[in-house]
Amino acid sequence: MNNITNLTVHELVEKLKSNELTSEEITKAYIDRINDKEKDVDAFVTLTIDDAEKKAAEIDKQRKENKETSQFAGIPIGIKDNLCTKGVKTTCSSKMLENFVSPYDATVVEKLNKEGIISLGKLNMDEFAMGSSTENSAIKITHNPWDLNRVPGGSSGGSAAAVAGDLVPWALGSDTGGSIREPAAFCGVVGLKPTYGLVSRYGLVAFASSLDQVGPITKDVKDNAMLLNIIAGHDEKDSTSYDIEKKDYTKNLEKDIKGIKIGVPKEFFGEGINEEVKEQLNKAIETYEKLGAIVEETSLDVAKYSLAAYYIIACAEASSNLGRFDGIRYGYRAKDYTTLKELYVNSRTEGFGDEVKRRIILGTYVLSSGYYDAYYKKAQKVRTFVKNKFDEAFKKYDVLLTPVSPNTAFKIGEKCNNPMEMYLADICTVSINIAGVPAISLPAGVDSNGMPVGMQLIGNRFEEEKILNVAYKFEQEIKFRENHKPSFKK
Amino acid sequence: MAVEDYELIVGLEVHAELSTKTKIFCSCPTEFGAEPNTHVCPVCMALPGALPVLNEKVVEYAVKAGLATNCEIEKNSKNDRKNYFYPDLPKSYQISQFDKPLCNHGYIEIEDDNGNPKKIRILRIHIEEDAGKLNHNEFGAGSLVDLNRAGVPLIEIVSEPDFRSTGEVDRYLKKLKSILQYIDVSDCKMQEGSYRADVNVSVHKKGEPFGTRTEMKNINSFKSITRLIDYEKERQIYELEHGNTIEQETRRWDDLEGRTFSMRNKEDSQDYRYFPEPDLVAIKLSDEYIENIRKELPEMPESRKERYMNKYGLSEKDSNSITASKYLSDFFEKAGEIANDYKSVCNWLNSDIARILNEKEMEPEEIPFTAEELAEMVTLINKGTISTSIGKKVLDELFENPRMPSKIIEEKGWVQISDEGAIKEVVLKVLAENAQSVADYKAGKDRALGFLVGQAMKQTKGKANPKMLNEMFIEELKK
Repeated sequence: MNNITNLTVHELVEKLKSNELTSEEITKAYIDRINDKEKDVDAFVTLTIDDAEKKAAEIDKQRKENKETSQFAGIPIGIKDNLCTKGVKTTCSSKMLENFVSPYDATVVEKLNKEGIISLGKLNMDEFAMGSSTENSAIKITHNPWDLNRVPGGSSGGSAAAVAGDLVPWALGSDTGGSIREPAAFCGVVGLKPTYGLVSRYGLVAFASSLDQVGPITKDVKDNAMLLNIIAGHDEKDSTSYDIEKKDYTKNLEKDIKGIKIGVPKEFFGEGINEEVKEQLNKAIETYEKLGAIVEETSLDVAKYSLAAYYIIACAEASSNLGRFDGIRYGYRAKDYTTLKELYVNSRTEGFGDEVKRRIILGTYVLSSGYYDAYYKKAQKVRTFVKNKFDEAFKKYDVLLTPVSPNTAFKIGEKCNNPMEMYLADICTVSINIAGVPAISLPAGVDSNGMPVGMQLIGNRFEEEKILNVAYKFEQEIKFRENHKPSFKK
Repeated sequence: MAVEDYELIVGLEVHAELSTKTKIFCSCPTEFGAEPNTHVCPVCMALPGALPVLNEKVVEYAVKAGLATNCEIEKNSKNDRKNYFYPDLPKSYQISQFDKPLCNHGYIEIEDDNGNPKKIRILRIHIEEDAGKLNHNEFGAGSLVDLNRAGVPLIEIVSEPDFRSTGEVDRYLKKLKSILQYIDVSDCKMQEGSYRADVNVSVHKKGEPFGTRTEMKNINSFKSITRLIDYEKERQIYELEHGNTIEQETRRWDDLEGRTFSMRNKEDSQDYRYFPEPDLVAIKLSDEYIENIRKELPEMPESRKERYMNKYGLSEKDSNSITASKYLSDFFEKAGEIANDYKSVCNWLNSDIARILNEKEMEPEEIPFTAEELAEMVTLINKGTISTSIGKKVLDELFENPRMPSKIIEEKGWVQISDEGAIKEVVLKVLAENAQSVADYKAGKDRALGFLVGQAMKQTKGKANPKMLNEMFIEELKK
């Protein structure tokens, strides 16, 4: 079968169940696809293909012997390279961790293993998840399967590109300020940033602890709900993970959305938002009205404050989180040094890329005595303000609808020399992390270049079910995957 | 201006390792003395992706310490990161507490140099993690890091600058140590570094504002603390008297040379960039939680002392020495109860046992025998099975090779001779051999009796019942 890699995971699960496909066949199909397309896309930092084949054979054997296996046993996956995987390199796409092998699995990776899900490898990203284009990777540049001259978005660019290019059926990403949603939008796939605390962060190499969340990047909404089912849940190893009742996120997908209230905050459609993006979202709004939802324009003036607060909080936490990369116990150590200070300075100077250094410096500055109150403390106040604004909005609306990014995927190299412009790419996504609420990004259409346009649906805390339902209904209506395919245009 | 015009001002920051079984943010054991880097895990090694989880026992122990030192307990507390680079600090930040410590505004009562009660105010007590240890040049060139200690829980007890003499400092440190031992939150083993202090010293002329202080960090011996304060006081007075100023700085104490040294080559003043630890949630304590801990607080030394004096008839001095150590005090109560003779147990503990401990430079915790064993020895003496002098030999045995005293005296054949016939035999023999002494006694020299008893003891290797011996001699000499 040639189109195995085009199938969604829920389709693969059905075919495994009915014995139409074996895990080995699925895995081989993906390996062939990787061998064919990876050279164009460059999504992977590390491939674990040999290991994957062995595991697939083992799972087929277990199925044959009627041993109890999970429905997902033998389904491949790709994992963002900031999630620790025992025995396999976890580089964070940084020279600092180029050869780092974790002795333990991240909790989410453990959960995948428990289901018998097979990793095909580790996916490229902006170094330490800092960036919006995956151009900040110290390992390689990943290309957008819809147009290989364009960026896949970031920081989970490898994950989104791999799913879009059918190199993996689904993938894990992480989202600190938009790092799942923006690349999902740029690559025409579905990405969810769960409520802060829904998914364990244990084993996710920290960028900004109070904002980071692991989430699924998938071909469609149903796959997304299924992967969320697997990774969500309290973890006693992560004190910030919530102990809430386990849900089945696929349960309410089909639910009628008639009468559901969708707020469209006008501030997210203002200056700087590309007209073609607006056009596609206006069409989406019409679709929702057709589906019986009540769509209203509203005001949620948080985006511009959020971006400033985000870069202060995220950089402050990053400056502290990245201190452990000091060349002492693991990771890159400079060859030339004579004093302890030189060991630190040279290792970190040589081991980190420019964007990482920029953020460490910024973060160190805003935490310094004399500046703390003006920056960090103020940013925390903004955070409370933003949370309150979202709380107010969710008193009126079930979900909020906004763009994911002001633009569709830009050309590789286009924004590299302008960090400020790159930061503005996050304007629609960071407030969600600041507020800790969940949001999903899914394709709403394509622009005149044929590049996907993303739509963001934001829900209240722990209301993933609701946004998945609203997203699913839309997806069923516009059938994006049936009408648009990545072209691998060179 | 004379030296006497200066007044010493000292403040202390005491670090006590908490005796929880596991570390503050992971489940590695806290046990001291393991092979380097064997009590470690991704969390305390600060591997990428690892996250801390606060050990609830640490909060409980710190609250206990706060209540035992009359502190107010903060119901809304939190952890903060203190950022700095050093190879013994794997995360490059220490998880500590900055602006919301668990305990505030307490005090400990000590005696001043004139024996009057004095309150030393405690500013705060907060929880934090210990750093690892650097082994310099122990394995050839360079330094190696041992992270076994990284993440061992500490409380830092910060006093106000209320000390005016080294005597006050010494009494406070001993009292605080005894309190922490009584409430069983720290073993305070100074030689293992589990009880150590940062010492802030300044001098000023009375009536004038406090002088600039210097700080000596991580001192883990009472003696060194007293010595360094004396040294630093003299040094500061000397500088001031010679028209120099005191710089606010951290100075290194060299115990061998008995001097403090400036560490000016160190980095410019550190900015720790404290901020709330985002990996941990706020610590919220209910009134009920705090009250339960308060109710479970054990009896403090002061109250034990009263009890010993009133109930067991111990002197104040004896009660003080017994209660100075919780271990000794527990040992005393147990042995006293079994022997049903608190006074004798106290006498043994405060005289012979104290002397031997002193000679061997041992702490009470290191007494090799049990309370049961001491109690049996006291009982054997009280029953007349052995004499007090044999008791001393039994005690030596208990220190050498501890076992039940009844077994010791049986093995050694030290059972007291109380058989009338046997005693009479010895008496007659001694009388026959010492005609001169017999004559002396009869001539009115009472002292001769002592000599004769001594001879009899010698012949029985100290085992004869001294009372019976005495009576038998008098009886025979009358004849």
